[in-house]
Amino acid sequence: MPDGLFIFFAALTLGAASLLVLSRNAVTSAMGMILALVGVAADFFLLDAYFLGVLQVLVYAGAVMVLFLFIIMLLDTEDPTDSYPWRKAAGGLAVFFLLAAGVLWLFHWSGAVPNTPAGATPPELTAAPSEFATAAKAFGRLLYTKYLLPLEIAGLLLLTALVGVVSLSKDAPAGQA
Amino acid sequence: MEHTTLAHHLLLAGLLFALGLAGVLVRRNLLVVYMCLELMLAAATLALVAFSRFNRTMDGAVLVFFVITVAAAEVAVGLALIVALYRRRGTVSSERLDVLRP
Repeated sequence: MPDGLFIFFAALTLGAASLLVLSRNAVTSAMGMILALVGVAADFFLLDAYFLGVLQVLVYAGAVMVLFLFIIMLLDTEDPTDSYPWRKAAGGLAVFFLLAAGVLWLFHWSGAVPNTPAGATPPELTAAPSEFATAAKAFGRLLYTKYLLPLEIAGLLLLTALVGVVSLSKDAPAGQA
Repeated sequence: MEHTTLAHHLLLAGLLFALGLAGVLVRRNLLVVYMCLELMLAAATLALVAFSRFNRTMDGAVLVFFVITVAAAEVAVGLALIVALYRRRGTVSSERLDVLRP
């Protein structure tokens, strides 16, 4: 049996995610999304990935969701003529239950995923070049040695996104709307 | 902590991914669809962190760092696209954006 904190945060995450999917109001959906992301961050903490948990709350639940809320309130997305698409909803629910059943089967009955206890190291990984560490310092060391090129590419990607957003959000040319 | 196994975390990640996929299929508001996409990304990062933790290696966690970076850039560009779409068409419902539908 897993411990109580994990069950609590897993239930919180799944409940908030269901709120995101099922709520008709876009703002309520965004609130569910924030709660779900905080639940995922709590699970990061339970997995000893403290730096990633903090990053998740700051970047995702903070900056990204504030951006989402701004856009939702800017656009007035309510559409009173919309009816809930029940046939599509049934299809989506079927997909969800199929996937969930597959996940349950994979992890509980097929035996394909080993139940390694948290402390044990699999024998093939004892000579791993980067040991697991919880400190942010370990992240920095890896980012500036082994993953230096991906880090530079990520920086370039952020710059590209910045330029793209600026050029996208300029006014549309007259006569094309 | 010592009682949760890798399978528990992967189960949570898988269920979260399934919820996000169901949301993408069911919802019509493009903004909510986009949030469900982000939920699927978060589920994938959760699985990565779980594998990283239980295999005692750091690489999965660093990959999550890059995933968060790319997701932030993607959200910025995607939301700008949605705003541009709303300016031209006046709606963000995927049912009404059917110009390319035969």
